[in-house]
Formats: sequence, C-alpha cells, structure tokens
Amino acid sequence: MNKRVYLDYSATTPVKKEVLDAMYPYFDEKFGNASSIYSYGREAKQAIDLGRQNVARLIGAQADEIYFTAGGSEADNWAIKGIAYANKEKGNHIITTKIEHHAVLHVCEYLEKNGFEVTYLDVDEDGLIDLEDLKKAITDQTILISIMFANNEIGTIQPIEEIGKIAKENKIYFHTDAVQALGNVEIDVKKLNIDLMSVSAHKIYGPKGIGALYIKKGVKIHSFIHGGAQEKRRRAGTENTSGIIGFGKACELALENMDNHIEKLIKLREKLINGIIEKIDYVRINGHREKRLPGNANIVFEFIEGESLLLSLDLVGIAGSSGSACTSGSLDPSHVLMAIGLPHEIAHGSLRLTIGDFTTEEDIDYVLEQLPKIVERLRQMSPLYENVKGGQK
Amino acid sequence: MYTEKVMDHFTNPRNVGEIENADGVGQVGNAKCGDIMKIYLKVENDIIEDVKFKTFGCGSAIASSSIATEMIKGKSIKDAIKVTNKAVVEALEGLPPQKIHCSVLAEQAIKSALYDYAQKHNIQLEGLEDFDPNEDHHHDEEAE
Repeated sequence: MNKRVYLDYSATTPVKKEVLDAMYPYFDEKFGNASSIYSYGREAKQAIDLGRQNVARLIGAQADEIYFTAGGSEADNWAIKGIAYANKEKGNHIITTKIEHHAVLHVCEYLEKNGFEVTYLDVDEDGLIDLEDLKKAITDQTILISIMFANNEIGTIQPIEEIGKIAKENKIYFHTDAVQALGNVEIDVKKLNIDLMSVSAHKIYGPKGIGALYIKKGVKIHSFIHGGAQEKRRRAGTENTSGIIGFGKACELALENMDNHIEKLIKLREKLINGIIEKIDYVRINGHREKRLPGNANIVFEFIEGESLLLSLDLVGIAGSSGSACTSGSLDPSHVLMAIGLPHEIAHGSLRLTIGDFTTEEDIDYVLEQLPKIVERLRQMSPLYENVKGGQK
Repeated sequence: MYTEKVMDHFTNPRNVGEIENADGVGQVGNAKCGDIMKIYLKVENDIIEDVKFKTFGCGSAIASSSIATEMIKGKSIKDAIKVTNKAVVEALEGLPPQKIHCSVLAEQAIKSALYDYAQKHNIQLEGLEDFDPNEDHHHDEEAE
C-alpha cells in the first residue's frame, strides 16, 4: 500500500496502545462477570468502578452518575425516550435543533408519532442556534431540551452554558449529545448545568461498542434495558468490562493531554484550511470559524460532487467524508448543510476532513499537494465549471 | 462497492471535453439532485464521428457517461438510439442499486443529444418520437 492519510477522526479513531494494553487482561485473564461474588467477579467489578471514575472525571461528574451503554446512539435514545416517558405527566414537548445527529432526530420523530410534540430550532449560517429562539420555544409543556454540544459535520460548538442556564431557570431537563465534543472541549457538567449527556469511546481513541449516558442525580428517567441489576437496574446486561476499562483509559489520556491535543489539532486544522483557501478557488468553509471542534475542517468545493471527490482522494490514500447525497444513500444532501442554508447543488460538493492525535504536518502537506489536483480534474469534467473558467462568474 | 470497470472509467474517463460547433448537445439531470450530464455529438452521414461529455456527479455518474460515449462512438444514429440504461449497467459490469439512476441519465443524455441533432437538422428520428428533453428523468429507477 502506498501512502495513506486518515482524516476521518470524527467517524472513528484508532485505539491507542495504552488503551489496548489496559483492555487485554479483561478478555482472558480477568474475564469474570462483575455480578459474581468470587475473585473473578470482583476483579471485573473493580475495573468497571475504575472505568466509571475515569469517565466521570473527564466531564466533572460523580462516578455514580455515569451509566455505561453500547455507544453514543444508545445513550441518545435512552436520554430522550427515557425522559419523555418518565415525565409525560408534566408535559409532552421537546425542543431540539435541525442539526442533531440522527440518533436524536429520529428518536424525536418517533416520539412525535407517539403523542409528543417537538420543536426543531433553526441554526444560523455558522450552525449556531439563537438563544432567543430557544427561550421563545419553551412552553409550560416543555420537559426536555436536547441540543448537541458540537456538530459532527461542521464542528460548530453551541453555547452550552447559556442553554444550560435557560433550561435550569425554566426547570426543564437539558440533554446534550457530546459524542464529538468529548476530549476536544473542556466539559464540566455541573458548571454547564447539563442534566444528561451522551458520550462514546471510539471517538476518543477508545474501543467501539462502548459509550455512556451521564444522568445527573435526581433526574427522573425510565430504565432503558430491563432484566438485571447492572447500572443500578437502569441498563441491564453483563457489563462490557474490557470496553469500560478501555473507555476509562481513553478518558484518562484525554484529560491528561487535553491542552496539547487541542492546541495541536487547531494548528493543523488552520494549516489545512488556510492551505485550501490559498490553493483552490471557489471554496467555502462551513461551520463557525472559531467556535468549532479543534480537528474539524468542512469545506465545500463548488462545481463538483462529494462522492467523486472522496473516491479520488481514496485513490491517493486520503480518507475523508462528505455530506453529499451520493455518500448517504439518500437523494438529499446532509440535513446539517441544508440547515445552514447551503443550496443543494453546493452542499453536494462538501468534504469533511477531521484531524486527530496521529495526524502530522506531513499529512496535511500531502493533502494540500493532492487535493488541488483532484478538485481541478473533477472541475475540468464538470459542465457547471464551463461558464466559470472564462472569468464570467 | 464499485466494479473494477466503474473505477477504470472513473479514473480514466474516455472522451471528456466539449466539441465546438457540435451537431447535437444534450444535457440532463440537475445540480440540485447532484448530477448533470452533458453530451456533445459530431455527426457525419448518420454516423457519430465524435462524442464528448462533461459530468457533474458521483463516481458512477462519471463512469456511466464515459462508457456511454464509448458505446456510441463510431456507431450509427440508429444504433445509438437503441442504447439502454441496462446496456450501460452491463457494460460497467454492474452498478449498486442506488446508482442505477446514473445509467438512466446516461441513456437520456445520449437521447437528448440526438434529439437536439434531429431538431437542428429538421429530421425525425425513429425511436425518439416520444422523447421529451425537458422531462425530468432523474432518479427514474423503474426505467431499468
């Protein structure tokens, strides 16, 4: 294989060596079921306790407020359905945004079919919600506000502290999907007045198949999986011990490295974005220029389509993603790009490159060397570009 | 997800470009849906002497256009009209189900260019009597 550059850290990350090392013993040597009282069981129980503490520490929660799940999507499902059904006597109204992950949006759509009402807040061209819109959307029936911490596609970070304050003042539960923000933004659930928060391990160099829902003490929520005493009877099933210890280790590393990590990613991201702007015409950067995830670059290249761009990048070993319809299997481009007001034809040409801990300056140089050639080649093939070349635009 | 043939035509597309003073030009699809194909024809004595294309779209849209131009180059108009989207898919050794519409677009782009040729030369072409160049054939997946 020739040179390969992975720039899709928002899709998933490699598991760090330290994380793998922490996990190994729990597959064979310490394989016990944490519910058993003998030593094998106690070993597993200790590992789970440690994992829980590590996850809690990264987000400023108490360990007993962390409930492990199979990932971010499950945590989102649990938070929203669990709050909706446990509080339906109080009201049936939920507020969210148009740019949530589908694990939130599709749950809301499901609830709408089951007697709940949902307000989907608009976002501005940078992907930010308007706090006044949020305040206006609140009714005496509102039981939950679910707004993502940072967007997975365009990287925009929402004013979470202000949202938390508004939710608290109105005595409404506040859930945030922090799957992309975890490890990339400082999070203190207490300071930010967050009641529920979804997180996932595989976005922060931990294993796939493990995530967590932070549930603030005292929050009224239904259990998600019935059938056992695990996770305080709220999420039954034998614990994923190796996953939990791995998630914990990943959180520990994220906390230790946070400042360096953010600084490094921002530097590389800016090099990438500035390089693209400098070398390629007819591009636009999606998402808020400053209030964005450190590793996220989302760029639209006019006159070309995203899937052919991804295929071309893949041929030179570069892995990225796109909000083009052709990459999603649907006919419409990404709902996020639509929500920030991009016209269809422009949204089809989006490219998301997300940088992570193993990205190097050389990787960015390589992308900046290859990308302009690829974009130019596709544009030369595009009938939309014909009128532009002669400077008619 | 794509066959080698699709990747071959995507990476080395045949007949990309424009023909100045083309005898027929057809454009189908729209940017909103994410694909546009434009085909240029040079026709002499009812034979397609030259053909070029420009496509905005995904990998299979580019590959479908490329192979479609190969399938009609040097052929008679009569044969070119008979090129179906199914033939395009077969020539590409298959397309994923959600990409079949790309082959439909390719068929329509050829027909649209031939229609334009017929209009310009004030002739009727057998097989194009019912062709409507303005109809939105896009994503007409039942056409296979």
